[in-house]
Amino acid sequence: MTIQLPVTTPLIELRHVTKTIGDGVETTLVRDISLAIEPGEFVAITGPSGSGKSSLLYLLGLLDAPTSGEVFMQGRPVPVDDEAQRARLRLKHLGFVFQFHFLLTEFTSLMNVMLPMRALGKISEAQMKDRALALLASLGLEAHAHKLPGQLSGGQRQRVAIARALANEPHVILADEPTGNLDSQSSEQVLGVLRRLVDETKRSIVMVTHDLGLAARADRQLRIVDGRISNDIT
Amino acid sequence: MRLVFDIAVTHIRSRLRQTLVGLMGVAMGVGFSVMMAALMEGSQRDFVSQLVDALPHITMSDERRDPPRQAAEDHYQVVAYSGLSTMATRPGIKNPYAIIASLDSWLDGAVAPSVQARAVIRYASRDTAANVTGIDPRREVSVSKLPQQLRGGTVGDLYRSSNAIILGDRLAQKIGARVGNTIAVVSGTGRVVSCTVVALVHSGVSQADETQAFTLIKTAQILAGQTGIVNAMRIRVTDVMQAMSVAERIEAQTGYKSVSWQEANEDLLSALQVRNFIMYTVVGAILLVASFGTYNIISTITHEKTRDIAILKSLGFTERTVRSIFLLEALMIGVAGTLAGWALGYALCGMLETIEFKSPFVDTTHLPLYYTPTHYLLAGLIALLASGIAGYLPARKAASVQPVEIIRGAS
Repeated sequence: MTIQLPVTTPLIELRHVTKTIGDGVETTLVRDISLAIEPGEFVAITGPSGSGKSSLLYLLGLLDAPTSGEVFMQGRPVPVDDEAQRARLRLKHLGFVFQFHFLLTEFTSLMNVMLPMRALGKISEAQMKDRALALLASLGLEAHAHKLPGQLSGGQRQRVAIARALANEPHVILADEPTGNLDSQSSEQVLGVLRRLVDETKRSIVMVTHDLGLAARADRQLRIVDGRISNDIT
Repeated sequence: MRLVFDIAVTHIRSRLRQTLVGLMGVAMGVGFSVMMAALMEGSQRDFVSQLVDALPHITMSDERRDPPRQAAEDHYQVVAYSGLSTMATRPGIKNPYAIIASLDSWLDGAVAPSVQARAVIRYASRDTAANVTGIDPRREVSVSKLPQQLRGGTVGDLYRSSNAIILGDRLAQKIGARVGNTIAVVSGTGRVVSCTVVALVHSGVSQADETQAFTLIKTAQILAGQTGIVNAMRIRVTDVMQAMSVAERIEAQTGYKSVSWQEANEDLLSALQVRNFIMYTVVGAILLVASFGTYNIISTITHEKTRDIAILKSLGFTERTVRSIFLLEALMIGVAGTLAGWALGYALCGMLETIEFKSPFVDTTHLPLYYTPTHYLLAGLIALLASGIAGYLPARKAASVQPVEIIRGAS
């Protein structure tokens, strides 16, 4: 009798990826990293500042193209030189949360959440509105749907940003120091939301943080030093 | 795409005052262009219509384009004889009434014969040279403005006495003659005809008013020493633009040199083309300058919204979408500016039209303005094109923003 192990395809996979910037004086941000993000994984990337952890996240999130190496999404190679194609994949499959909320300040919470949906244009305006309101409600923001980002607290803004990241039901959420600008109470709230996403909706999250306490709450911790993975604890 | 439109409107609203300034720039550009075009084309049309009205549309003279062949040329081709005297032909258009009858049968317009004679007009022992034109008053009415230019009489008055004459008003003034006086007209060959002044003519062209005199054809023929012959046919056609082809047909039919008003004023008309070219260049330049305002606004907005652009791109907006946002903003300014400019241009034209020019010599005149949708469409089109370019350049730059650089810089 043979045991059939479930074979899963990694959501995002980097193979021997290197990222170098600068002409003349070159700086290598990421050195020959191979990494796979599996479905339902909560990965925390830690490391000293300037170690390349954010750069690694941008490569995983297809925000940036590697200098060398290959990127796969659900087993398919990503044409890294094709910015329009990468943009399309980001819109459909990935969600971002940054240290700064990065909401459009002239748009209400609701409109901000609807932005990626409208850019994708797969469902009707009414459906988009319903889904955006449901997302905001699930993050405890139903009362703030029609407020501008300037009228919200830091934690609320960050939760709106998470709602926006979830707009097109992405496979992976990429978070770059999502609690970096928040007080401990708000941080706790935001982290709780992220944790719940992984546990309840089986999404994957990749979070960059310098806070080891927060990183400890992830399923897998990657420590980056000098552009290389120095530690991979599951 | 609604989303692109929404974002564009938000951007413009955040820079409302500057946008309005830019919009006014485009509006003024379009407005002044429209006004300039109306004024230039109006004055040109006024000029051409005066030109067309002042002279007959086609003048058929008793000349031929090529000198008539001498009989000797046809008969002695091999040997050239020198000292042969040329065969004299009698001047004038032969059989004028047959030609008139023939032209009347197919021509859409009117024909009037005239006889030219040079003469000296003598009154109260003052002499002055004059061009005496013999006319047929009944036909003259339909080809020239002479009847309307008369002072103190009508063309019919030429029939009133046996030898009646109409003098240019300045000519009459020069010799001191008035309506009712009898003057002596002396032809080049010495014939003297006594004529009664029945009316004065004021054409407004001082050169003509100083030398013109009109009589019946018969009187002028006596002065010229040739009866039964006329020197010229003046033709007025219903469609002035057809004058050239009609002239060609007349010339082919009769053999006499027929000159259309276009041919007679070729140099003037080509000067008008140069004028038009200058006008369109200036109009284009005005609109180009106006578009710099648009460029400025879109540049400012793209600089201000670099962060927003980075956000949109990180979410997965393509460069094309980002570009179209700013291009749309520029075009919105262009469209709004064009609409305002049309209103401004129309209002300016209306104001110019009320200006009166008073002159002691001529009647009160207004600026000639020409209204046509073409001017508005042309100005609008150039304004939109300029706005599009003014928006595209900063838009292209904005779209190439790398989100990673901005995000990295912010955190």
